[in-house]
Amino acid sequence: MSAAPLGIAGELARRWERSRLYLWVPLGLFMLFTLVPFYWMIVFAFRPDGSTHPYPWPVTLANFKLVWNVLGFGVFFKNSVLVGVGTLVGVNVISALSGYALARFSFRGRGFLVVGLLCTQFVPGVMLLIPLFIIFRHLGLIDNLLALVIGDTVFQLPLTTLLMSGFIRSVPVELEEAAMVDGCSRLKAFRAVTLPLLRPAFVAIGSFAFVGSWNNFLFALIFMNSQDHFTLPVGLDYTIGEFSVNFGALAAGGVLAAVPVVLVFAIVQRYLVQGLTVGAIKG
Amino acid sequence: MSLGSRALAITQPVPLAPHDRGAERHGRARRRRKALVPYAMLTPLVLLILGFVAYPVLNVVYYSFQNYNVVEPFLNGFAGWSNYSTMFRHDPLFWTSLEFTAKWVFAEVFLQLVFGLVLALILNSAFRGRAIARALVFAPWAVSGVLTTTIWLLIYDPQAGLIGYLSDLGLTPHGFTILADTHTVFWAAILAELWRGLPFFAIILLADLQSIPTELIEAANCDGANAWTRFRYIVAPHLRDAVILSTLLRCVWEFNNVDLLYTLTNGGPGTETTTLPLYIARQAITEHNFGYGSALTMAGFVILLVFSVAYLKFSKFGASRGYAP
Repeated sequence: MSAAPLGIAGELARRWERSRLYLWVPLGLFMLFTLVPFYWMIVFAFRPDGSTHPYPWPVTLANFKLVWNVLGFGVFFKNSVLVGVGTLVGVNVISALSGYALARFSFRGRGFLVVGLLCTQFVPGVMLLIPLFIIFRHLGLIDNLLALVIGDTVFQLPLTTLLMSGFIRSVPVELEEAAMVDGCSRLKAFRAVTLPLLRPAFVAIGSFAFVGSWNNFLFALIFMNSQDHFTLPVGLDYTIGEFSVNFGALAAGGVLAAVPVVLVFAIVQRYLVQGLTVGAIKG
Repeated sequence: MSLGSRALAITQPVPLAPHDRGAERHGRARRRRKALVPYAMLTPLVLLILGFVAYPVLNVVYYSFQNYNVVEPFLNGFAGWSNYSTMFRHDPLFWTSLEFTAKWVFAEVFLQLVFGLVLALILNSAFRGRAIARALVFAPWAVSGVLTTTIWLLIYDPQAGLIGYLSDLGLTPHGFTILADTHTVFWAAILAELWRGLPFFAIILLADLQSIPTELIEAANCDGANAWTRFRYIVAPHLRDAVILSTLLRCVWEFNNVDLLYTLTNGGPGTETTTLPLYIARQAITEHNFGYGSALTMAGFVILLVFSVAYLKFSKFGASRGYAP
């Protein structure tokens, strides 16, 4: 790469370069920092009560049985799945509709709408807790999971719409036009040509929406009253707030909350890096 | 599109078509109907945003001038500027929460950016097992604030936690409660949030790094550039706008990050780690003082707005590629 180095110093520098320790050492440190906390939670979740070994052996599922059956995590899990899937569907359908309009049509107010969508990023849900609570109370949706689906969907939509319109713009409009020349209606052209090409977009946006709603804590904390309607984050907070924390149970609850999102993430993380270049940077 | 406009935009240019030339010969009514198609498609989005973002914002303005307390309904009514004067003159917690918010946002965004950039650069070079390394290191991205608290409570617990091993090594006293000590609680919270926030910058910067044309790097290598000159003259200018935009988004995000602090420290010990949004959330959740909470929210809006505009202006966003913000 550079001019041939001389002497022992040069030899050392070359070895350093070849061994690529400058890469492996920091990467190893990052790995430790990321993975040790996960490992520690897994240790707590699987080892028997009272054990102090830094490894989960002998493995027991007692903590999981306790949180799932007694502490209500079975119900919380079901609620989180319902809200997550509802949000995923809502966000995908609405961002596909509006993303298509933004990508393929010119109309009055388009620029204004894009700016408006970007502005919503500065009005996050936390700041609107009070008025949203009052609105949902008027709608009779307090303690109803639908309130969470609506709330989560609304606050995901601005970004997912812009992302989706970026994805749709990256599909050449000529493909649709060719189908229309062949006698397809616009709807049919979209369905037959563009929609299949958008699969990565739906996967990426769907997982954004699912993870976002799965992780939303404050909405569920404030809009849900009864334990039957708690979601996993609220259930975890509840367990943390217990008079004396049962760390085994807390860790088992944490594993239950972590597994679905980490799985979703493992599937989509490749799209994530691609999706951000296509959608977000082009705006 | 569901209106079945068969001939619409056959020759439509990308991305915007001022007119549909193909539709010229069709009747005017039909064209007008077609012009409504994008609006029809945008209706659900616009209605949701108006109903659940715009209208609540107006509500906040209104409630900030009201006495509105669920616990003391007999006092409800027009309050004039009294919520605001309480906030500015008689509420020291408002000012300390602002101070802590600034500290929190700055420290968190700065550390996430620096380490995120290092991580992105590492993951951008070619090595065996890069895909797996990437998936593993990015995993905390998917973790919620409450789950982060869960995980770090298990680490920070003086008896059962990993921190006990530090005590065994003599680094901290035995039974040291890191979250109850005013000197350490800040860094304990910062570390937990850094764990979760690192992947955000790493993902965005990695995406941007991968869009650097390889020819550029190869040309620089031919000219004898070393790692530092490559970074200084090719990579850094290329990342500029992505860094500006993502730090701004992250500042806003960390400003509003309530989940972690609410569950990990609950703003304590005392009010040591109370950010403004956490203070607002507490007004809503435990005090039920909606009027005063709305006045605090107004302060939050103004701060975010002024900060964002100033940040984009002074960072000259878009200047390097010749377009205005």
